Amino acid sequence: MAPKAAVEAVVAATERDSLRQVLRGAVAAVFAVPAAAGAAVLPEERADALYHHYDGGGMDISGPSLLVRKNFQDKVSLSANYYVDSVTSASIDVMTNASPYTEERTEKSLGVDYLHDKTTMGLSWTNSEESDYSANTMGFSFSQDFFGDLSTLGFSYALGQDEVRRNGDAAFGETVDRHSFRVNFAQVLSRRAVLGLAFDVTADQGFLNNPYRSVRYVNFRDLDGTPLDYAWQAEVYPETRTSNAVALRLAYKLPWQDALRAEYRVFSDTWGIDAQNVELAYSRDLGPHWRLDARVRSYSQGHADFYSDLFPYVDAQNYLARDKELSTFDSLTLGVGASYILKAPETSRWQQMTFNLKVDFIEFEYADFRDARVNAPPGAEPLYGYDAVVTRLFYSVWY
Amino acid sequence: MNVLRLLAPAAAVMLLAGCGLKPWVAPYERNLLAEPVMSFDRDPVAGTYMHHVYQAREGARGAEGGGGGGCGCN
Repeated sequence: MAPKAAVEAVVAATERDSLRQVLRGAVAAVFAVPAAAGAAVLPEERADALYHHYDGGGMDISGPSLLVRKNFQDKVSLSANYYVDSVTSASIDVMTNASPYTEERTEKSLGVDYLHDKTTMGLSWTNSEESDYSANTMGFSFSQDFFGDLSTLGFSYALGQDEVRRNGDAAFGETVDRHSFRVNFAQVLSRRAVLGLAFDVTADQGFLNNPYRSVRYVNFRDLDGTPLDYAWQAEVYPETRTSNAVALRLAYKLPWQDALRAEYRVFSDTWGIDAQNVELAYSRDLGPHWRLDARVRSYSQGHADFYSDLFPYVDAQNYLARDKELSTFDSLTLGVGASYILKAPETSRWQQMTFNLKVDFIEFEYADFRDARVNAPPGAEPLYGYDAVVTRLFYSVWY
Repeated sequence: MNVLRLLAPAAAVMLLAGCGLKPWVAPYERNLLAEPVMSFDRDPVAGTYMHHVYQAREGARGAEGGGGGGCGCN
């Protein structure tokens, strides 16, 4: 019988990296840059090819995403991502006071991680381009394992610099600067439980409006003051915004090749938006080849201080918004997924590949955003809501 | 600020937990934690996409994922 220390060493050698990937996931899942705050092991070498499709609320968005990661001498890890959104929009916002349109957004990312002992440092760069918006983000991250590798503490910072344009208006040009600070912590609680905690502060400054959107206001009333008609004016947002978010995540291993994961996040910002979401996910391996996933997510938010579906008169206040993203609403997501897993023969150059399909059904219900397409007295239109289906079909290979 | 009020007790508990305690899960006891079903971010390319879907449609942001960029949400 092998001495306990020897058993520990062997098991540790084979499982340490996987455990650290779990800790990394607890951290990375709540942060922007995939390698932003990992544990003291480099990310897995893998490549992914994904096709995504979103259909809901008059919007159809699809495209590919390719992600490749390569490690060098267990010290340096390079990653690259190429992503495309092809958008066809006839959303309620567009149909209310504009025309349907199509456009494309491309996003390119590069990242490098450097591992030294129990410390990981990362740099990342992301560029996003569409016809009327450009965004560049540079990120730095640092993380450290400690407490017998049961704990990981990370910090990251990202600077975003955006250019906002308006199609058909060459004279229009604005900028946005964005600073994001993140602290994250992951802790092994027991043989079956891992906890993750993340705190995020983001500050924006610049042109934060959507340059196409408008608010509506009452421009004609009857003698009783009842609104009879409305008109539109351009929306006006504050030029600064600071937000805080805290996320608490817990993963628990169940007895039958399965696990439960839970997340609770709260959010608040200087615009007066308070939000929270709760998610519960379940994953189970069925034999050596199949893995099934299911999840439910509930999200709710209150409206921004300067949001109104219908303002009482023109220029009713300094700041004006009618974006439904700033309104009071709830959403509920039900998601399912299946993966087929192939392990490589020992002589292969690859280790594993998976074929995956995930489908999410999302229901949005707005509490103070009305469907202005309906012919009804102003402010008496039915409340808006819609359903969306999100599909992710992807192939992954580990090497 | 609600968020900071919620964060402070959690941070205090973690600091206290780090004092005078030894790691309570030995390396050979961590095999269950290392299984893929335990991962919060098993497939980054798919997870990042869902974060983007939510970011474009919700007022909340942060503590989840995704970078800057336009939202295609008009």
